[in-house]
Amino acid sequence: MTRPTRVEVNCTTGETSIIELTDAEIAQMEADAAAAETQRKADEKAAADKATARAAILDRLGLTADEAAILLG
Amino acid sequence: MPSTYTLIKGETLASSAASYSFTAIPSTFTDLVVRTSTRGTSGGWNSVILTLNNNNSSLYSVTWLQGDGSSATSNRQSSQTTMQLDRNTIPSQDTNLFNNTEYYIPNYLSTVAKPVSNFGVGDRNTTEAYIAAMAGLANITSAITSIKIENNTSNFVSGSSFYLYGISKS
Repeated sequence: MTRPTRVEVNCTTGETSIIELTDAEIAQMEADAAAAETQRKADEKAAADKATARAAILDRLGLTADEAAILLG
Repeated sequence: MPSTYTLIKGETLASSAASYSFTAIPSTFTDLVVRTSTRGTSGGWNSVILTLNNNNSSLYSVTWLQGDGSSATSNRQSSQTTMQLDRNTIPSQDTNLFNNTEYYIPNYLSTVAKPVSNFGVGDRNTTEAYIAAMAGLANITSAITSIKIENNTSNFVSGSSFYLYGISKS
């Protein structure tokens, strides 16, 4: 299996190097990816919860989303 | 009229890579500009990590603002070991689409902390679009000699591009 790589370019010489990631760098990348996915799911849940709460409030008030936008705009 | 906006180095990836680093940045300019066009190898928005001078001490702070046309979010993080920018790389399934992002680093040779601004857009065609802006500060008091741009979610796909420009006083 091909190892992930990183690219380094020396701006003085113009030389480009393609370097395989070390085991530690791969482990860190996988940990970062897992953390990012957890955060993404939390953000999506928070946004969905907020939308649900907003809809419930509008329903109690008997307003449509457009009418609420006019009031708050 | 002197040229004040000079391409230092830039290229398009021929194969996927986890990060792209500009090293040995010449000290002959006043400001630096990095422009990227990126897509990730994983589904969902990919985040980008910016590191200056390979310094991973807790020297970075970031305030960002994002909007997708129906909602806006903002956050601030301080004492970070990098600058992390969410939703700065288009997901893998959006074939042929790329995020456009610009980073600006004024006075990169100064002996005081370095401000870094970022502005990026990602349009997923009919799915969604995001605009993101960031105000950052790197408490690094030496000249900036390297910039690392890392996809912390997956890899940057082949076809992603990275360009570094130097700005000179006219």
